[in-house]
Amino acid sequence: MTKPTTFRTALITALALLAALLPVLHLAFPPEHALHVSGYTLALVGKFMCYALAALALDLVWGYTGILSLGHALFFALGAYAHGMYLMRAIGRDGVHGSVLPDFMVFLDWQELPWFWAMTDSFWYCMALAVLVPGVLAFVFGYFAFRSRIKGVYFSIITQALAYACMLLFFRNDTGFGGNNGFTDFRRILGHDITAPSIRAALYLATLAFLVGALCLCRWLVASRLGRILQGVRDAEPRLMFLGYDPLWFKLFVWTLSAVLCGIAGALYVPQVGIVNPSEMSPANSIEMVIWVAVGGRGTLLGAILGAFTVNGLKSWFTAAFPDLWLFALGLLFILVTLLMPKGLLGLRLRRRRPPPAAQEPARLEEAA
Amino acid sequence: MRPAHDDALDTSHGAILYLEDVSVSFDGFRALNRLTLDISVGELRCIIGPNGAGKTTMMDVITGKTRPGSGRVWFGQRHDLSLLSEHEIARAGIGRKFQRPTVFESHTVFENLELSLRMDKRVRASLFARLDGEQRDRIGAVLRQIRLEDHAWRAAGLLSHGQKQWLEIGMLLIQEPALILLDEPVAGMSDAETARTAELLDELRGRHSIVVVEHDMGFVAEIARQGKVTVLHEGAVLAEGRMDEVQADERVIEVYLGR
Repeated sequence: MTKPTTFRTALITALALLAALLPVLHLAFPPEHALHVSGYTLALVGKFMCYALAALALDLVWGYTGILSLGHALFFALGAYAHGMYLMRAIGRDGVHGSVLPDFMVFLDWQELPWFWAMTDSFWYCMALAVLVPGVLAFVFGYFAFRSRIKGVYFSIITQALAYACMLLFFRNDTGFGGNNGFTDFRRILGHDITAPSIRAALYLATLAFLVGALCLCRWLVASRLGRILQGVRDAEPRLMFLGYDPLWFKLFVWTLSAVLCGIAGALYVPQVGIVNPSEMSPANSIEMVIWVAVGGRGTLLGAILGAFTVNGLKSWFTAAFPDLWLFALGLLFILVTLLMPKGLLGLRLRRRRPPPAAQEPARLEEAA
Repeated sequence: MRPAHDDALDTSHGAILYLEDVSVSFDGFRALNRLTLDISVGELRCIIGPNGAGKTTMMDVITGKTRPGSGRVWFGQRHDLSLLSEHEIARAGIGRKFQRPTVFESHTVFENLELSLRMDKRVRASLFARLDGEQRDRIGAVLRQIRLEDHAWRAAGLLSHGQKQWLEIGMLLIQEPALILLDEPVAGMSDAETARTAELLDELRGRHSIVVVEHDMGFVAEIARQGKVTVLHEGAVLAEGRMDEVQADERVIEVYLGR
C-alpha cells in the first residue's frame, strides 16, 4: 500500500466516526444543551449522505468508465418510490379517509389496490424492489444501448429522455403512484413512529453505513483489474476490444451496479425527507448530480462525496438567503469549476500529493522482473 | 513458429490468413474490390499502396471492425472472421496495432501490458484477478524487448510518440498472437526510432506471422528483404513479389512509385 492510500483510509475512518457521533449527540443531550444536535441538522446531513451515495454511483460510471448519464435521478427516484410504497401502506387506516388504501387512491375512487401494489405491505419486499427495479431497468436499457454501441453525447441524451419519459408517466394519476403529489404523510416504519428521534437516528446511521460500505466497495472495485479495464473503456475502447475484451459486459456491469447504488440512496432518502414525487426524476435533478461529481473531482470517489456535500451545503444556505438566484449560482459554479479546476476540489490536493513518477518504482520493478 | 492460440487454428495448408474475393463499399465507393490475398504461416508480409488503395479497410475487415459486403476471410481453416466480432477475433489470435498509437494513457506502462496479457478477459475473472509470478516475468521480458523497462511505472500518456508505438507493439506481443497486423508502425518516428523498430521486427521474424502496412518505402525495403511485398491499388492486388521485382513493375511505377 502506498502512503496516500493509508492517509485516505485514515481520513475516511475519522470522518465516518465524526458523522456517527451526530445522532449520539442528538439523543444524549436535551435540546437546550450546547452539545445538542437538532433533528433538523440530523435530517439534513442524512439527506446529504443519500446524495453522496448517488454521486458515488455516478462517479463509477462517469468518472471511471466515461459514460455520462443524465438520467441517474430516475434510478434514485425509483428506489425512493419503492420504499415510499411500503411507507404508504404502513399508514394503515390513519390516513385522512380512514381507508386501508392510500389516500390518493381513495381520492381517485379506486376500490382496491392495483396488482403492482401487491405485497407492498412487506418492508423487505419493498427493499428488494428498491434494488431490483432500478437494477433491472438499467440492465435492459444498458444492454440495448451498449450493444448498439451508443456512446458519448448520444447516450447522455437518451438517458435524459428515459428519465423524462418516466417523469411524465409518474405525473399521471392513472399510473398509480399518486400523480404529481407523489407519496407523503408517512407515519410509521416497521411499526415505529417515523418522526421519533431514535428512528431518525437509526435511519441516519443506516445511511452512513451504506455510504461507507459503498465507498469501500467502489474503492475495492476501481483498484481491481476490472477497475483498470473500466478506465480502459473510458480512455481507449477500441484498443480494449482488439485486446480481446468485450466492452459490453464491463459497461453493463458498472452501469447496473451504479443504478442499484442509486436506488439504495433513494430508498434511504424518502423516510428522512418524508416525501417523494415525480419532480425527483426531473432533468435538473440528474444534472445536479453530475455537477456534484464535477465539483468534487470525477474519477476519485471521495471527490463525489465531497462535491455532494459542498454543493448541497451551498444550496441549503443559498435557497434560504437568495431563493431566486440558486440556479444562476449553480450554473456559475459549474462553469467556474470546468474552467478553473477541471479535476474538481480534490484535484487541487491530488496535484500536490501525487508522488513523483520515479519514487515508488524500483521496488515494484524488481518484484516484476 | 511458436504455436500460440492455434489449439483451434488449423493451418495445415500453410496459410494463416486467406482473403477470398472480399468487397467493401462505402456509399458506392468501392474500398475493396474482390480482394484476394493469402499470408503464409511465419511470413512477414509488407503491403504498400497509394492513399485510398484500401490498406486500412483491409485491416478493418480482418479485425472485425468492418464487415465485408461479400467474400470470406479465413484465419487458419476454422475461423471465418467475417462472422466474428472484434474481441472474438482478438481472442482467436490476431493482434492489431493502430495507425495512431493507441494505449491506455492514464495507466502505467506496466498496467498497459498487464491488461494485454493472454488470460480470461471476462468480467468476473477480472474482478478477482491477481498477477502470478509467471505473468510478472512475462511482462518483464516484454518490457525489455520493447526497451521500456526504465519506464514501467510511468503513465503511458507521458511517453514519447515512438515509445507509445513500441508499447502498443509490446501489448500485441504479450497476447502471443499467431498473426500480428501493424498499421504504419514507423509513422511519425525519428530515424533512430525507425531503425530500432526495424530491429524489433527482425526479432519477431519467423516467430509470428506479421502483416505490415507501410508508406515508408525505405523501411519496407529494409524489413521485406527477400520476402513478398504486395501492392494494393483501388481495393485489389496490383502486383506481388520481391521488393526489387515490384519496384521494377511498370504498373506499380505508374500508380505509385513513379509519382
